[in-house]
Amino acid sequence: MSAANPRLDLTVTHPKVRFWQTLFFRRKIVPWLFVLPILLINVSVVLGPAISSVYYSMTEWSGVGEARFIGLDNFRRLLLEDRSFRVAFRNNLLWLGIFLTLPMAMALTAASLLAPIKRGALFYRLTLFLPYVLPSVITASIWRNLMHPDRGVGAQLSEWGISGFDRAFLGDPKTVLPAIAFVDNWHWWGFLMVLFLASMQNISQDLYEAARLDGANRWQEFRDVTIPGIRPTLVFMVLMTAIWSFLTFDYVWILTQGGPAGSSEVLASLVVKNAIQRFEAGYASAIGLTMSVFVGIIISIFVLLRRRGWEI
Amino acid sequence: MSANPATERTPKRIGRRRGVSLLLNHSVLLLLVAFALGPMVILVFNSLKTQAELGRNPLGFPESFVWQNFPDAWEIGRFSATMGNSGLLVLMTVSGVLLLGGMAAYSLAKLDLPGSGLVMLYLLVGASVPLQLFLVPLFFLWNRLGLTNSLPGLALIYIATNAPFAIFLLRSYMVQLPRDFEDAARVDGAGEFRIFTGIVAPLAWPGFLTVGLVVSLAVWNEFLLATVFLTDQKLFTVVTSYYNFTAQFSRNWALTSAGALMMIFPIIATFLLLQRRFIEGLTQGGLKG
Repeated sequence: MSAANPRLDLTVTHPKVRFWQTLFFRRKIVPWLFVLPILLINVSVVLGPAISSVYYSMTEWSGVGEARFIGLDNFRRLLLEDRSFRVAFRNNLLWLGIFLTLPMAMALTAASLLAPIKRGALFYRLTLFLPYVLPSVITASIWRNLMHPDRGVGAQLSEWGISGFDRAFLGDPKTVLPAIAFVDNWHWWGFLMVLFLASMQNISQDLYEAARLDGANRWQEFRDVTIPGIRPTLVFMVLMTAIWSFLTFDYVWILTQGGPAGSSEVLASLVVKNAIQRFEAGYASAIGLTMSVFVGIIISIFVLLRRRGWEI
Repeated sequence: MSANPATERTPKRIGRRRGVSLLLNHSVLLLLVAFALGPMVILVFNSLKTQAELGRNPLGFPESFVWQNFPDAWEIGRFSATMGNSGLLVLMTVSGVLLLGGMAAYSLAKLDLPGSGLVMLYLLVGASVPLQLFLVPLFFLWNRLGLTNSLPGLALIYIATNAPFAIFLLRSYMVQLPRDFEDAARVDGAGEFRIFTGIVAPLAWPGFLTVGLVVSLAVWNEFLLATVFLTDQKLFTVVTSYYNFTAQFSRNWALTSAGALMMIFPIIATFLLLQRRFIEGLTQGGLKG
């Protein structure tokens, strides 16, 4: 990062300099010795297996023994024959739709309501953020109980005369995915709120003053000052939401394992099922690779729009 | 920490119209707080009920406090073993990430590493590769190396996946440090590793603390890798064990609630104690749990 480096003049130039005392060693080799251990670990855990999964996706492989090369057969089976893949893909899209709207709306509302508050701000920030630090298994188990048709919140509501919520949301193929997304969102939206809030607090107060002088109401303030002010954060989180929506796993696996009857299957749960439970490691690699391609497409779209001059 | 005084005092300060509109802000926010905290409060209630009471009164305040649920859940959920496993994983991962990631950050920030742009690019790519892309080959590679069903084997994976975030954050802390101290030490003939452990790391401690907190939380809560790589019951973490525990004792909510509370107690205590650093680290890392 910096050009000149004063310490280099200090190296002793002795007639009998050993290699590890030379300028070359200290300038070129030592810095690499510091990054090498973590790079080696990262390459063997992430990069190496990621590259080899491209090969395995074109094989029939149980995970042990030889992998038999079968070309693009896995992808043909995936895209043309496997009904569960289509269901999973549709569920990932539905997930994306839910997470681009519900948590965004909640987080934007809460953050803009919280931004002008001084006293009690810490209390709100802490309590709204708290669900984010809970492990997914706990969040899932809390809500599995609260959504129980006989003993959950729905049963209580129907006792008070509000019917319609005492249903097994997690057991009905029609409602299962939104129900899982609701649980995930309970723990997620507060995190998004804190991000937006931090971004909103960087907006200059002068802009709000100017808007008020122009007679803007609260909605116009929000639309013309707040949203443009937090745009970089907003766009980044839309991008991350899009990526994560194709990778989501925890809540689906913990709450339903893709059931009932495969109706809440997502791509990530298919990978784990095929790899670990059905010993179809080659096929699972193909699904994993397909997911990564989706992620790659999303990132490319963003890069492309940005090159086209979109302000994102 | 209470929000109520604010609603009473602000109107006088900022003027009537502004005060009234803040009242609206507080009421909406309090509703959202109820949504966030309500389920956790019910969890606390339920952890203190008998199984019979839970049937009659699944959401309300307990009639009497059954503290016995906690030792029972501790025993049946084998919490002493699983907390030990999780703790060990956190310890190994955090020390690995802080030492090896710290070294890499030091090299990138202070040593004019030749090819540092390339290393940063690699880390950026490595951080955005989805887990599902390398999960399958990694599992079978680890299997062949005897690293599945092994805590150090899993810790190695956590170190690798958490490294990019750690290096970026630590580097940004180290870049800001003045060079005077290191240069003085170099004149005195100190080696680079001594300078890293003795001077730069202590000066960049807030960065190390932030990374340590974020990585601890991520490892303590991690589910997918722990489920796949640890199948031996003796090695279950609190999370994977709780997952099986709830499957087995799904009818006994009192017990599972008590277990849940014991599991999240260390997280919530640390979070409340160090909330600013926690939130700062998590929002910088952009991690999703």
